[in-house]
Amino acid sequence: MEKFVTHVGTALPLRRSNVDTDQIIPAVYLKRVTRSGFEDGLFAAWRKDPEFILNKEVFKSASILVAGVDFGTGSSREHAVWALQNYGFKVIISSRFADIFRGNSAKGGLLTIIVPQKDVETLWSAIEANPALPITVNLDARTVSFGSTTIAFEIDDYTRWRLMEGLDDIGLTLKSLDSIDKFEKSRPSFKPTTKTLNH
Amino acid sequence: MAMGKTLAEKIWQEHVVRSAQGEPDLIYIDLHLIHEVTSPQAFDGLRLAGRPVHRPDLTIATEDHNTPTLNIDQPIADPVSKLQVDTLRKNCAEFGVRLHSLGDIDQGIVHVVGPQLGLTQPGMTIVCGDSHTSTHGAFGALAFGIGTSEVEHVLATQTLPLVRPKTMAINVEGTLKPGVSSKDIILAIIAKIGTGGGQGYVLEYRGSAIRALSMESRMTVCNMSIEAGARAGLIAPDEKTFEYIKGKPHAPKNWDEAVAYWSTLFTDKDATFDAEININAEELAPFVTWGTNPGQGAPLNSNVPDPSAIADPEARGAAERALVYMDLKAGTPLKNIVIDTVFLGSCTNGRIEDLRVAADVLKGKKISKSLRMLVVPGSARVRLQAESEGLDKVFIDAGAEWRQAGCSMCLGMNPDQLAVGERSASTSNRNFEGRQGKGGRTHLVSPLVAAATAIRGTLSSPADL
Repeated sequence: MEKFVTHVGTALPLRRSNVDTDQIIPAVYLKRVTRSGFEDGLFAAWRKDPEFILNKEVFKSASILVAGVDFGTGSSREHAVWALQNYGFKVIISSRFADIFRGNSAKGGLLTIIVPQKDVETLWSAIEANPALPITVNLDARTVSFGSTTIAFEIDDYTRWRLMEGLDDIGLTLKSLDSIDKFEKSRPSFKPTTKTLNH
Repeated sequence: MAMGKTLAEKIWQEHVVRSAQGEPDLIYIDLHLIHEVTSPQAFDGLRLAGRPVHRPDLTIATEDHNTPTLNIDQPIADPVSKLQVDTLRKNCAEFGVRLHSLGDIDQGIVHVVGPQLGLTQPGMTIVCGDSHTSTHGAFGALAFGIGTSEVEHVLATQTLPLVRPKTMAINVEGTLKPGVSSKDIILAIIAKIGTGGGQGYVLEYRGSAIRALSMESRMTVCNMSIEAGARAGLIAPDEKTFEYIKGKPHAPKNWDEAVAYWSTLFTDKDATFDAEININAEELAPFVTWGTNPGQGAPLNSNVPDPSAIADPEARGAAERALVYMDLKAGTPLKNIVIDTVFLGSCTNGRIEDLRVAADVLKGKKISKSLRMLVVPGSARVRLQAESEGLDKVFIDAGAEWRQAGCSMCLGMNPDQLAVGERSASTSNRNFEGRQGKGGRTHLVSPLVAAATAIRGTLSSPADL
């Protein structure tokens, strides 16, 4: 996973709430067995509409997505994170994310930032006034800034550390193999296993 | 004095492998369910790192999302679907994971298969790369959906680093009126708290109306917890739970010891929840959705709501957009909405009881000539059980299509899809734009409403027949 410390880019103001993962990437695109190439499925249904904001030339190279409340609801498909990343997004800002989407993002190094809805509105207005506005996201300082405005955001220390170091979760957990072994020895014998039965 | 614990806290505490200040807890996973869509990249990750599956004996796979519901004895026609299913078969063989393939008697939707094998038991932690894993919470198991990176993590370590969720009690008291089902309970809850209302919480469904539900109805409630934003939903196990598990293939051999433990799995009287919601079961009616998220629902006897009457600008905008997509006018009676396709199935309502109640409504009647009805059992065993009871004949005689088991039209990854502009009454869980096929329009309903709608051609309940 790439380390994330700061990012400077332009942003896409997506004035929609409840953007579910079926909209981020429809199921028909989930049949692939690879982790790349999902950018063609990103917002596939909406992108058929030439008026959809991502189709506007000024927003095509945006790397920060600013969306309405409840972004990433629905299906657990991590393909939604891959589609956003494969397209070129590095940061998603919203006032609330669905839990599974937010967890998936953190695993893959896509930074999700929660700010109050009034700050989302501020960002939308600023971006709409100037689509080329450079926005700086500083994970170290936990700030989003543009022009003379700085918005602070909260993120737990552990996730921030992992993203800034670009650490692989599995590698971290495997350091606890002794604890896992010890736990397994104490599991009750009535817990089921999936071993095939002769029935 | 020690504070009492909620059920979720008890299960959590039993599974902490390692905890440290400022870090997520490392939680042990008792059962990992796998299907073809969210696992290929996880197995690839293992291969790249040279890691084995840590506990193949706590892992089980089934084919469900891509599988066709017709001609299952022939190769899968869509080459991309076929590759994904073949990849699962190859991965399971290579890593030693038990797999129930298409055509196998234990194949079916992953969340139907777990309980029917008796692998879903109280007090367990269960995960799957599928958000409807919350279904298993009906047994008093902490069960939730995960992404593919987490699938790989569980395969490699049988654990997950997790931040402890908050707890919310949803008290449903009173007796349901006839014709009102568990699907209506959960749709009403989601309409009340919204699609983000449960975000960050484990929901525990409690109260006399929940206790009165069968195990399969409880699964319907827990299944849609994710539609309220909650990763997991829970119901404390009771005699009904034990009875359901008893005799299942993987039921514990040391039964008494298991039941003694399961009987400790309830929220203590002096425990406190982080939030509480109260629902009066007596006030509930058959419920349907009119919009494009599961929170946009209303009683069947009401009208399509008027967005201009919604105070919150965000919700108003969403409702306006939804009505355009759904091609509905504010004020239209929901019962006047004409349906093209009825879908009975999915991990929400594809179990034997769902088929029984729908067949009971359809018996001796014909479905409307203006629509098609797909009946898709949740698993091969559900299908066989239904056939042994003659339910298949009821559906076929009524003019419905009797299909093979799988996820089918719930998400249309296989050929079962809505056409552009087509409108469904569906017993599934999501009415998102294009969920059941590009340009398709979905109304979420209970199996009772699905069956009555199939007969009348417009959204209806059995009371309208």
